[in-house]
Amino acid sequence: MNALQKISDFFMTPAMKMVLIVAAVLFPFVAGNEYQIYVMALAFVWAIAVYGMNIITGLCGQLNLAHGGFFAIGAYVLAILTVDHGWGFWWAFVAAGVAGAGFGFLAGIVSLRLKEHYFAIFTLCVGFIIYLLIDKWEELTHGALGIINIPAPNGFGLVDFTETTPFYYLALTFMVLSVWLAARITNSLLGRSFRAIRISDDLAASLGINLMRNKVLAFVLSTTYASVAGALYAGLVRFIGPAEADVVHTFDMITYLLVGGIGTLMGPLVGTMVITWLTQSLQFLEEYRMIVFGPLLVVLVIFFPRGVVGSFLGWRARRMAAAQDAGKSQENAKKKSPTSPVATNREAGNHA
Amino acid sequence: MLKINNLTKRFGGLAAVNNVSIEFEANKINAIIGPNGAGKSTFFNLVAGAMPPTEGTIEYQGMNITGMACDRIARLGIARTFQTTMLFEESTVLDNLIVGHRLRTQSRLWDVIINSRRLRDEEAKCRSRAQEVLDFVGLSHIGHRITADISQEEKKRVAFALALATDPELVLLDEPAGGINPEETENLAGLIRKMVDHGVTVCLIEHKMDMIMSLADKIMVLDHGEKIAEGTPEEVRNNPVVIEAYLGSDEDAAA
Amino acid sequence: MQDHANSVAASQYRGGIALDLFLQQVLNGLTLGSIYGLVALGLTLVYGILHVPNFAHGALYMVGAYVSYITMVDFGANYWIAMIASAISVAVLAVLCERLVFNPLREAPPIHDKIAAIGIMLFLEAMVQMKFGAEFRRMPTPYTDILDVAGMTIPAQRVLIIIGAFALMAVLHLFLKKTMTGSTIVAMAQNREGAFLVGIDANRVAMMTFAISGVLAAVGATLFAPINLVYPAMGHLLIMKAFVIIILGGMGSIPGAIVGGLIIGFAEAFGGFYISTDYKDIIAFALLVLILSVKPTGLFTKGVR
Repeated sequence: MNALQKISDFFMTPAMKMVLIVAAVLFPFVAGNEYQIYVMALAFVWAIAVYGMNIITGLCGQLNLAHGGFFAIGAYVLAILTVDHGWGFWWAFVAAGVAGAGFGFLAGIVSLRLKEHYFAIFTLCVGFIIYLLIDKWEELTHGALGIINIPAPNGFGLVDFTETTPFYYLALTFMVLSVWLAARITNSLLGRSFRAIRISDDLAASLGINLMRNKVLAFVLSTTYASVAGALYAGLVRFIGPAEADVVHTFDMITYLLVGGIGTLMGPLVGTMVITWLTQSLQFLEEYRMIVFGPLLVVLVIFFPRGVVGSFLGWRARRMAAAQDAGKSQENAKKKSPTSPVATNREAGNHA
Repeated sequence: MLKINNLTKRFGGLAAVNNVSIEFEANKINAIIGPNGAGKSTFFNLVAGAMPPTEGTIEYQGMNITGMACDRIARLGIARTFQTTMLFEESTVLDNLIVGHRLRTQSRLWDVIINSRRLRDEEAKCRSRAQEVLDFVGLSHIGHRITADISQEEKKRVAFALALATDPELVLLDEPAGGINPEETENLAGLIRKMVDHGVTVCLIEHKMDMIMSLADKIMVLDHGEKIAEGTPEEVRNNPVVIEAYLGSDEDAAA
Repeated sequence: MQDHANSVAASQYRGGIALDLFLQQVLNGLTLGSIYGLVALGLTLVYGILHVPNFAHGALYMVGAYVSYITMVDFGANYWIAMIASAISVAVLAVLCERLVFNPLREAPPIHDKIAAIGIMLFLEAMVQMKFGAEFRRMPTPYTDILDVAGMTIPAQRVLIIIGAFALMAVLHLFLKKTMTGSTIVAMAQNREGAFLVGIDANRVAMMTFAISGVLAAVGATLFAPINLVYPAMGHLLIMKAFVIIILGGMGSIPGAIVGGLIIGFAEAFGGFYISTDYKDIIAFALLVLILSVKPTGLFTKGVR
């Protein structure tokens, strides 16, 4: 067992989770300035949305190009209810989540009857409809002006979420909750049903999986994640505009997901962190980041379709399988004289 | 077990399956043969509920399942494999099989969120069922391997195992021996017999005549969507209509 | 009496204006529809043959507009020279995309080529924006006359668009029907596996198809740009509408793309005029949502897709 093996084993232990959480909790104390804390909080918010995208696109295999639109729905529901209707932040926050689920359900039952390309194109259009409505429906959304003076989350007199650091912890809390729920789903029978659909609709249906019900569930989960993230975003940034619904955000999230590892549990977080800090350290990239992101997407799907986390997991799983094989053949050698692999296969085929 | 009456499927004006009636008995190996484009796969798709028939009925264990959705039919006990094996290549072999028993479980999103007792029990059940079927197809020694790394024949067996994990009474196998060598074909035939010995009825499409003739209890021959013969291997082999059909499209006769 | 005569004359006059406006919308619909048809044609050809929904097609259109703009404004070339230069460069660009990106992804899961196409689109847009900025430009045209046909005022460029687009469609039709290469493309669109069996060189057909789609996009852009604006995101809306069109028309269907283009063109012209200009861009998408809700396979598809 070499050092590499040990490090990779450690990555998979529960202790690693604690290390990550502790590191995240300590981050504000080691951060150079408030801006870095702000960037990190924003990255957490985006990561939540990317987790949502991972459920429908990564687990279930349906490329949803309206994800940014649902993010914007969450942000706008929160902003409209708090600014125009005087709702408290947390009530509006819940309403934003419910709205994301509700609109997701409606969009889902129509769009998920379509397969593959049709679904992607349809959701692209849904995203654009959301953008156009936000941009044009001035009475409701304030149109191109956007909504300003959105209140920060209510700290009930205990904490002041207009400050960056408290908000950072709030975002962290929601992010951890999101990962926790995503983990539950991914590792459960439900996640397995989703992944069967990702392999093929026909296969999943032949295994008795109700395609429509599972796809709609995955879609609603993903839009809820997106709208919750959008509502948090509105509470952090405090002003929003139609640009929130721009399809570019969806493309950004696809990049995060692909870099991190589509369909993996930690991929969304890793991808969001890597790209956020990469863009931060290369400030000039901000406006033209797509010059790098575009080719990056292409290179990733051609050469590393599984991203950072997926490649790591694949590498590790192979090593473990090899180690187990080595262990077995040693056992066999001890038990009896070695037999040809074909013969062992036969033997295995006949028992049971 | 399976009773097909006047089954017809038209695409546009073309009948892919035309007025086919047949009965398959329980605990037997039933084979469907015919030249390319004879409508064999369409026939399977109709039985499995992947598409509704234009006319005719399908009765399964006395129940009318015509036009029923694929997933409901699967829950009634009809499983299938596909011509191309579809598996989750990045996961281990055992991991691929766990979902196979999902249709016999009840857990919903809420169970997942609270990690309920029911969910944990059902996951254990699915896992042990996966292990069982893996043993059954003789692959328990490679359960930990990444699916992408195993051989074509092993993948075929995994696909069988996945179908078996649904606890089926009838299994539809679409070209199970496609793309594997003669010795492996022999082994796979053994596995199919073993399935029948364990109370599963098998219905298969196959081009490899040697395999069919030694394996099948009953053969149905399709040509241009129509049933041109049925009977024991012996009867079918000597049927002049069948010989004619196969000579008519010589590339299949060789297969 | 006098009053009555007056009001009759007025109503006749109003009727005349209404008719005039109506015809004006017909003209608008034809203009929009023929451009949409051209762009959708390229998209549907690529989809029919390679099953790639090329999200980068709108960006190719945008690049086509910029190439024409630069050739005319910076090099002072003639409009038609610019169009040819644009057609050639976009065709080459499209072939490059096919070779470098879509060809390696031929066997990949369906989600990958879509993401790759999006990657190309993002890259091209960012490149153009970095080089030329995000501002709107107006492309000059030599055809600024206003024609007067039967009392209707018609800008010459619009006539050029309609004639040019339909002429190109006719040429494409002849190419697909009469030439060897054209008929192999059609054969492959109808039956990919079959085409491979009879020994069609799939690589050549794929490159050819991408080149044609590039030419169609570039010519469409050069025709349309003078009455529209040139800017990096100009392909966004268009590509989405083109997708709507080919879904309506049946993905891969050539007549479907033309008919679908005209349907959307007319729907927008009349919807924008008689319902609301603000929401005219939503019409295409609302139509799509409506139609797919009722008929998930699209309007003109038959049997299985």
